[in-house]
Amino acid sequence: MVSHISLVVNGERREADVEPRRLLVQFLREDLNLTGTHVGCDTSQCGACTVHVDGLAVKSCAMLAVQADGSSVTTIEGLADDDALHPLQESFRKHHGLQCGFCTPGMIMAAADLIERDTDPSEDAIRHALEGNYCRCTGYQNIVAAVRDAAATVRTGSAVPAGAGATPAGS
Amino acid sequence: MATDVLGAPITRREDQRFITGTGRYLDDIKLPGMAYLAILRSPYAHANIRSVNVDAAKSMPGVLAAFTGADIPYNPLPMAWPAGGSAGLQNNINTPRVLATDSVKWTGEGVAAVVADTPEQAVDALSAIDVDYEPLPSVVDAEKATQPGAPQLHENAPNNIVFDWTVGDRDGTDKAIGDAEVVVRQRIVNQRLIPNPMEVRGDIGWYNPGTDEYTVWMSSQTPHIQRLLLTAFVTGIPEHKVRTISPDIGGAFGTKIYCYADMALVMFASKALDGRPVKWVESRTESYQSTIHGRDHITYIEIAAKRDGEVTGLKVKTYANLGGRLSTIGPGIPTTLYGRVLCGPYRIPNVFCEVLGVYTNTTFVDAYRGAGRPEATYVLERSMDLLADELGMDPAAIRRKNFLPPDAFPYTNPSGLFTASGGATVEIDSGNYEPALNKALTMAGYYELDKAKAEARKRGRYLGVGLSTYLEICGVAPSKWIGAVGDGWGAAMWESANVKVHLTGKVILTIGTQPQGQGHETTYAQIVGHELGVPMDDVIVQHSDTQGTPFGYGSYGSRTAAVGGTAAVKALGKVREKARRYAAHMLEASVDDIEVDGAEYRVKGSPDKKKTIQEIAFALDLGFSLPEGMEPYLDETVYYDTPNCTWPFGTHIAIVEVDEETGAVDLVRYVAVDDCGNRINPMIVDGQIHGGIVQGVGQALWEGAVYGGDGQLLSGSMLDYAVPRASWLPTLELDSTVTPSPVNPLGVKGIGEAGTIASTPAVVNAVVDALSPLGIRHLDMPLTPQTVWRAMRASEVKP
Repeated sequence: MVSHISLVVNGERREADVEPRRLLVQFLREDLNLTGTHVGCDTSQCGACTVHVDGLAVKSCAMLAVQADGSSVTTIEGLADDDALHPLQESFRKHHGLQCGFCTPGMIMAAADLIERDTDPSEDAIRHALEGNYCRCTGYQNIVAAVRDAAATVRTGSAVPAGAGATPAGS
Repeated sequence: MATDVLGAPITRREDQRFITGTGRYLDDIKLPGMAYLAILRSPYAHANIRSVNVDAAKSMPGVLAAFTGADIPYNPLPMAWPAGGSAGLQNNINTPRVLATDSVKWTGEGVAAVVADTPEQAVDALSAIDVDYEPLPSVVDAEKATQPGAPQLHENAPNNIVFDWTVGDRDGTDKAIGDAEVVVRQRIVNQRLIPNPMEVRGDIGWYNPGTDEYTVWMSSQTPHIQRLLLTAFVTGIPEHKVRTISPDIGGAFGTKIYCYADMALVMFASKALDGRPVKWVESRTESYQSTIHGRDHITYIEIAAKRDGEVTGLKVKTYANLGGRLSTIGPGIPTTLYGRVLCGPYRIPNVFCEVLGVYTNTTFVDAYRGAGRPEATYVLERSMDLLADELGMDPAAIRRKNFLPPDAFPYTNPSGLFTASGGATVEIDSGNYEPALNKALTMAGYYELDKAKAEARKRGRYLGVGLSTYLEICGVAPSKWIGAVGDGWGAAMWESANVKVHLTGKVILTIGTQPQGQGHETTYAQIVGHELGVPMDDVIVQHSDTQGTPFGYGSYGSRTAAVGGTAAVKALGKVREKARRYAAHMLEASVDDIEVDGAEYRVKGSPDKKKTIQEIAFALDLGFSLPEGMEPYLDETVYYDTPNCTWPFGTHIAIVEVDEETGAVDLVRYVAVDDCGNRINPMIVDGQIHGGIVQGVGQALWEGAVYGGDGQLLSGSMLDYAVPRASWLPTLELDSTVTPSPVNPLGVKGIGEAGTIASTPAVVNAVVDALSPLGIRHLDMPLTPQTVWRAMRASEVKP
């Protein structure tokens, strides 16, 4: 038994027949080969699979692909604006906000959701906003620094605002 | 050199792929015709297997094959590092089979496997496998497992004892304790941990029927070693017919060092399917049972001292839980990397350590970040605080009193690391411990904290401060030590590097160490840039594939910079020397007259007569004009065996507040001063320290693998195991002292594990200090609100 779904992923209209049990993360990784979105657990704790669905950060392991029918999804692959990296991508590199890189896509997507809503988050606000995203390498210190810096970049308008890549082209 | 990249905080070249989602981890690899393997795991902690029937699974949708242990003719997995020393030759080694045949020893041991067209079909078909188990009584606690009447796991290991290993001077230590002015005794538990790299493990096996060769992709820290172990010990397939590849690794922390059953299983399955590639990736919940755990010691301490705080003896007995069967280097961790470094940075004249390695019905235990050294440091640093408390001394003062002075080096440690090794000596080569302590005390405002304590009491909180002055052994390891009689190591641990300067002047450095997030592609490129004077953009660092590369022992034990980095320096030195000889030929000068400045090779006194490394490489690659006896091409390989380990040290200070109503502990400040010698990339060093500290804080306050009495893993998923979160942590305050290591030309020591080693006792010492007004002198980890609250309520002392 399969269901037909139609959604926009990283600005591109995608149609597919999926099993009802297929998770959004499996659909992205296995069917669309968007392997930047990672699976780090099986209980929705780690946040490595965080993507944006209609502009909001969502753990894509906690959503069925069929539930994303009609939605606009942005993954890490769609976050940069053509050649320009998103300020968070730049700031994670600048501040050494990643080591093994496995949590990084989910971490950046969760942080992008935060700075979309709050371009001047306190350290405390950043730490709480990222509570659903585990990192085992960095102790979070440089991630927090990276998010603060990216928020400042967005605030001062010197770079592409967060979530720009989420604009659906085909909807 | 003009602009030296060595020592600069250069951003990482690895990051581009990781921040754009184009990293390539094991589960991102798809091969044509790939099939998927799932493993049925035992629901019992201890049972005999009467029968396993996979017939019904074979007819499930999409199923290509199903296997039991009896189908697989491979040997049990190897165990490569026995305790050795006083434990002698171990004849009671029990390691996992690729799939269990007669019995299971822990919940999660693999008993059958299915291969199907999709991962979902493979998992679905597991439910159609029928296993007839005869459940047996189980035991999960290492101390209880050794007592009379305990369930017995293996016939060849009476009382479940893997080894009874001792080191040091029993009589001398007993006498020191008997004669002592003060003796403090304490039982402490270093609880079991689940390491939790963010990427779980997996493998892809591909048998090529056309060549009768195998390729195995594995999330492994040691692809070269795994090829050796899988061929020579497990499968019997000739070593030269297997190629192993580690793709990007999403963290490891020790869990990906070992030879696991699944590696052999995907090889077997791919051959059984006539060459369809077979992928296996564990789920996180599965990983909690099928990938190694760490720590799990129960320890009895006796520490003796004079009234002035001078330590005169330390006696330790430890029950080390090794799990239901042994992992690849399980026994080496609580012995060589624990008992032999028990003295830390202190001059302790009499030391004796006994370790009982124990089988229990739990997942196997092996090296997890720090590996033995966190356990030793926890014992020692808790002991120093217990002693300080007993004597009414300042914890900083008692440490200062017992530190090895800077003129003590090279120093031979009486806990036997360096004398029991068949005559081989490995000495603590250098150290200067007080400056790090002093700097940390100043940063923390250590001597002004009484006011803060009083102020916290007004807010209903207890403030405490805890110290940890650690010494680490890393940069493993000299082969003379490893090969020495009695220490049991199963292999050498030299390292390799190959440098090729191509015709176009571009440089490829191939290394035998194996990154898992440490940024080796950047730091090694910095070494190349420094040694050859070429732009870093002209350098590629290759690793992780056994095909066409020199053997390497991989990355663990904070060894990469000290051992692998030195191999690279020496290989680059050989390149430079050949380039110099060829420059002399090109410039018609004597070799002795050629001076090297970065990328330029100049004739002394004639600065216009010069060639660049790129010009030299071009001409040498063409080989049109070669001096007598010189080979074309700049291509040099070095196998480097280090003369000694390296010895990082430092002082960490934690400041905590405990809520008097709830027992909740807040880590308020954390100060770390580390001395890892010279720093190739200080940004990366700080990142390693941050992450290391937080893993150690996690053990102190939150983390713990918990088994029920029936052997069920109660902390069985990420839902139940407390991985530290961003909101639980303060900003860490770091500084350093720099005492270059005399062991290697880079002067580096290693920093991957120091944070984890140091931080656990610092935090526990801080919590105990906070609770000292209540008469509490020790608590076992993790110091959750419940643990602390219960202790506060049980206290009869009212402040």
